[in-house]
Amino acid sequence: MQDDTPHQHGEQRIPSDPALRVMALESLLIEKGLVDGKALDALVETYEHVVGPHNGAKVVARAWQDPAYKARLLADATAAIAELGFGGLQGEHMVAVENTATVHNLVVCTLCSCYPYPVLGLPPVWYKSAPYRSRAVIDPRGVLREFGLELPQRCEIRVWDSTAEVRYLVVPERPSGTEGMTEEQLAALVTRDTMIGVAHVQPPPTGTKR
Amino acid sequence: MNGVHDMGGMHGMGAIQPEPDEPVFHERWEARAFALVRAMGAFGKWNIDASRHQRELIPPAEQLRMSYYQRWLTGLTDLLLKHGFITPAELASGKPAAGIVRQTPALPAQKVPAFIATGSPASRGSAASPRFRPGQPVRARNLNPTGHTRLPRYVRGKTGVIDRVHGVFVFPDTNAHFRGESPQHLYSVRFLAQELWGADASAQDAVYVDLWEGYLDAD
Repeated sequence: MQDDTPHQHGEQRIPSDPALRVMALESLLIEKGLVDGKALDALVETYEHVVGPHNGAKVVARAWQDPAYKARLLADATAAIAELGFGGLQGEHMVAVENTATVHNLVVCTLCSCYPYPVLGLPPVWYKSAPYRSRAVIDPRGVLREFGLELPQRCEIRVWDSTAEVRYLVVPERPSGTEGMTEEQLAALVTRDTMIGVAHVQPPPTGTKR
Repeated sequence: MNGVHDMGGMHGMGAIQPEPDEPVFHERWEARAFALVRAMGAFGKWNIDASRHQRELIPPAEQLRMSYYQRWLTGLTDLLLKHGFITPAELASGKPAAGIVRQTPALPAQKVPAFIATGSPASRGSAASPRFRPGQPVRARNLNPTGHTRLPRYVRGKTGVIDRVHGVFVFPDTNAHFRGESPQHLYSVRFLAQELWGADASAQDAVYVDLWEGYLDAD
């Protein structure tokens, strides 16, 4: 039974069990001198505010604008991504795969939830969930349909299962109507889902000022 | 191990539920658990393969019920106990045992940027040449080790083609159990959907899986 005390606010709820466990563990490890609380703050701050899909979007936009960069990205993604200043933890070994009119790439990790942090940040819950991890390899078309993406039968789907320390970045197709846009404007169109491979990049709304 | 973490191809897990404007962390404890895993990993007492395996060892029914960061928290706690960073009594009381010597954090705040920027590359130098070349047909071995492995069940015994050679990488099956890095060549192997899932699967589609040389035979 729920205790519906009238003046109770959300923030006054008793912390859920894992919240208590983490709090206790953190204070124990700090008291033992094993962990620096400010290091924890810095780690959280980095992934909440610094590293995220806006990084990957810059990589994709550069690849769209600069054919020589795209060639380098497809040949050695780790080095090409490092040119833009991104790399490191969970992106030590990168491979970029390109979507075209006839090939669509989709990334999953069926064994855990491996994900390219430096370009996409931390993974969303659905990517880490059993439904996605179980079905992406056996029913990619059904999975994409659930995301609202119906691919023609002639289009080949390539599913990349990240079973090792190699991390995959999908370079989505550049939508029409984006000729003449700047790299920055292009990057704003590129979402996380398009770089996992569960969405197409949407063209800018018509009438958008360039 | 043939555990529930090896989910490729399973049915009945329900619908995928994307969340619009999802926050990076849904609750503060998730953020702290994430950071604790990274900070304690910096001691180097275990490796990424051992920490994955620790989470695989969570009893299957619990594993499926837990959220991602609950699994991380449980895996971390188990590793801390196993490697002597904390005792069960300390975990129960939340207080350090009397008279313990205060230690020095492996990851002080000023080292966090370099820690993230460097990561921990899993590639290793090697003079050995790869046994397989791109385009070559291979068969994934039908191995069923009880320990950690990154050979998913759904490719065992199946035939594919080498797509690319990634280089020489630490071998998780030994590294997870502290039996050495045993580096060996790692390949991306292309399996046709119909080879994996039968004639009803799309003839157009393929699954690419990263597999170590020791998982493969020439076909």
